[in-house]
Amino acid sequence: MYAQLVKTSRAKAPEEMSEQERAFQARIDRGEKIEPKEWMPEEYRRTLIRQIGQHAHSEIVGQLPEGNWITRAPTLQRKAILLAKVQDEAGHGLYLYCAAETLGISRDELIAMLHSGKMKYSSIFNYPTLTWADIGAVGWLVDGAAIMNQVPLQRCSYGPYARAMVRICKEESFHQRQGYDLISKMARGTPEQKAMAQDALNRFWYPSLMMFGPSDKESVHSAQSMAWRIKINTNDELRQKFVDQTVPQAHYLGLTVPDDKLAWNEDKRAYDFSEPDWEEFYAVVRGDGPCNRDRLGARVKAWEDGAWFRDGLAAHAAKTRGAKMAAE
Amino acid sequence: MSSEWPLWEVFIRGQHGLNHRHVGSLHAVDAEHALRNARDVYTRRHEGLSIWVARASDIVASSPTDDGPRFAPDDARIYPHPTLRDEAGTP
Repeated sequence: MYAQLVKTSRAKAPEEMSEQERAFQARIDRGEKIEPKEWMPEEYRRTLIRQIGQHAHSEIVGQLPEGNWITRAPTLQRKAILLAKVQDEAGHGLYLYCAAETLGISRDELIAMLHSGKMKYSSIFNYPTLTWADIGAVGWLVDGAAIMNQVPLQRCSYGPYARAMVRICKEESFHQRQGYDLISKMARGTPEQKAMAQDALNRFWYPSLMMFGPSDKESVHSAQSMAWRIKINTNDELRQKFVDQTVPQAHYLGLTVPDDKLAWNEDKRAYDFSEPDWEEFYAVVRGDGPCNRDRLGARVKAWEDGAWFRDGLAAHAAKTRGAKMAAE
Repeated sequence: MSSEWPLWEVFIRGQHGLNHRHVGSLHAVDAEHALRNARDVYTRRHEGLSIWVARASDIVASSPTDDGPRFAPDDARIYPHPTLRDEAGTP
């Protein structure tokens, strides 16, 4: 998902656990939330930092493909919606960074790891938004896929992460509706507009399926994360759910999902569909997608260009504090 | 050089008549800046009527390791419990 490749080991059996670990697992099994200062296994902490960190980075980098179209939105209303949405993504990033920081890592460390490539963000944001219809596709497909994963995470075992997810889901759901509205206007517009909507679906379909991460067959080692309830569903479960929800929407819009093998399977009451090209997925994750260098370059530049301003604010605050103390 | 801004905890009164409730945290150089950021991050859609911010380092919290004894009811003193109905102490 927004955190696609967070590996953990296989789940520990009760007899391999220490007393403390058994008590911890029992709390999770009872549905209790784990809070920041409480005892937790080191691997639980490390895995959550990776997962929440990747998720936060994805929100922040996710502003870039959409920001690309703010100045060229076709109407003032669409522009206002897009501006508010990009601001929301920044907010989501901030909620999540704060949640990660409760686990004992600093914001500066997280940002440094994003910039050095040591921490990842979702592969989806390494694809370009070439036309205005892509903004609709991002809302409809990318936010749609994100919601599939984020709704169950509202019930995850780590309190600050679950609470951040509640706030995020509220906003993400109307982003998705706005995206669907945008693409449905185009799908019902002129032949040229409809062709743009179809082209956007063609390019975003498989990258959206990749957002759920590798197939369960590929042994992603998520058993431990599931036992800890920081991952609620498997990648394939969520991917199937997404396809089943999205295909009827595409039909309704008169658009064609770019998959010859797509067919309703009455036995499993779900669609059969082609898997995305996993070679491409791993290439994008490694840094060789269409926009990896651009995206990271833009992030690093924004951070460095803002340094004088951050330093200025800090210097001003220190000076004001000094003056106040002198006056007292 | 790391010049990370200090961390602030943010509390919002969502509606008239309700308590301020903890909603999350953020980084800011000083209190005024923290209030301004809290407004932008946590109340973009009428989520609040009032904001408190407090330096995270100034908050004193109970330690989770003492939670058992701290919050366990004292069985020797039954009078605080709402089940106490008569003077003899029989519920």
